[in-house]
Amino acid sequence: MFAHNGIIVILTLVIALMATIMPLPLSVDAFRPDWVLIILIYWTMALPSRVNIITAWMMGLLLDVLLGSVLGLHAAAMAIAIYIVAENFQKIRNFSLWQQAFITGVLSALYHLVVFWSQRFLIDVTFLSSYLYPVITSVILWPWMFLLLRKVRRHFSIA
Amino acid sequence: MNPIFKHGPSPQHRLILVLFCSGLLIFFDHKMASFESVRGYLQSLVSPLQYIANTPKQMMTWASENIITRQELMAENQQYRLNELSFSEQGMQLEIFKQENARLRALLASPLRTNMQKMVAEILSVDSDPYSHQVVINRGATDGVFEGQAVLDAQGIVGQILHVGQTSSRVILITDISHAVPVRVKRNGLRLQASGSGRIDRLTHNFVSHSADIKIGDLLVSSGLGEKYPEGYPVATVLSVSQDDSREFVQVYSTPTAQIDRLRYLLLLSEQKEHSIFAPKSSQNTSLKKSKSKTLAPVGANNAQSVKEEAQ
Repeated sequence: MFAHNGIIVILTLVIALMATIMPLPLSVDAFRPDWVLIILIYWTMALPSRVNIITAWMMGLLLDVLLGSVLGLHAAAMAIAIYIVAENFQKIRNFSLWQQAFITGVLSALYHLVVFWSQRFLIDVTFLSSYLYPVITSVILWPWMFLLLRKVRRHFSIA
Repeated sequence: MNPIFKHGPSPQHRLILVLFCSGLLIFFDHKMASFESVRGYLQSLVSPLQYIANTPKQMMTWASENIITRQELMAENQQYRLNELSFSEQGMQLEIFKQENARLRALLASPLRTNMQKMVAEILSVDSDPYSHQVVINRGATDGVFEGQAVLDAQGIVGQILHVGQTSSRVILITDISHAVPVRVKRNGLRLQASGSGRIDRLTHNFVSHSADIKIGDLLVSSGLGEKYPEGYPVATVLSVSQDDSREFVQVYSTPTAQIDRLRYLLLLSEQKEHSIFAPKSSQNTSLKKSKSKTLAPVGANNAQSVKEEAQ
């Protein structure tokens, strides 16, 4: 993991975790994009042999601890979303930026729905459409994050 | 590495493995609650991340506190002086009432109210998880925080400590869907249960009978039953009461008196003990001195609340 500047990958993931728990005003809090998911999607797509389902699961577990949810819940949702990327990384790589953004949106929606369904199963929560607002911001964020992370990957020649 | 020739377990196997692990974790964490102690360690492990994530907000607060004109400060000071005057007047009266109350309680042979020890904590982060209402505070086991400790703000009860880490701990708010507080109506002592609704401004009350005397605007205070929350602190004000005879119970909703959506400083209560719980972090001038009142020597039972008091 640490060879070939792998530390940069970990660093980006840690920054994503911090962005996830950073305090925000209540009005924009519902629109917080899925930082961790977006960055995991990029690295899984770019370096599928190094960042994959296991990494995603561990990041999800860290999220569980940080968010105080039932352990293993975000981990499972994250692993399912990244599994789809890991299975199809060669296809997704060849898509245009906007198609990739659309796929990110679908994956983000899947991630939130899996979390919601398991929460619904464990404690009785009711569905609010605001649970899916992060999908919108994630789609908007994807092209910028993609370009940024590609720059990072090439600059540090992470392979 | 060559991604064309895959090696290691296939994605399917990995997915099945991690989903199995997740299932086990969820089962043991949610159904068996066997991770309570591990949670404390995990909380300590990730607390550096929380402290770092909190720095931008702290810088903003620092800036807004420091960039202030002299006039504003003077006006503020003036206001505080006036407040202090009125508070110290109330304090004088309170002293007398406390002594009188202790004497009367001694006459009735009911347990004395012990003084509560207080500790000030600051919010580190508010969860972005929409399914649970929790906040993280900057006090942990080293400051003497313990699980189940009552947490207040200036207006009323906020919640209780859920997990304790070394330097930070997690507070579950009263509006969380899995939380409930035993309360009573201040006006007439009617006992109720205030359950969280998952909405930040709403508490629900189940099983209120049609004959119950409850009105819009009633203040609900903690009843001290359950022995988690000390008695008599405000919890919520009744927002709506819908008498529908076709239903079995009256539907009552209330709004928390604490400003749950704009918390910053919190007060942790604990019953007075011998050792001081706010020894560390004394450099920050955050620990409140406990009130210096001298009540009569405690007689017998040390429980601050008893069911008997409910009947007063």
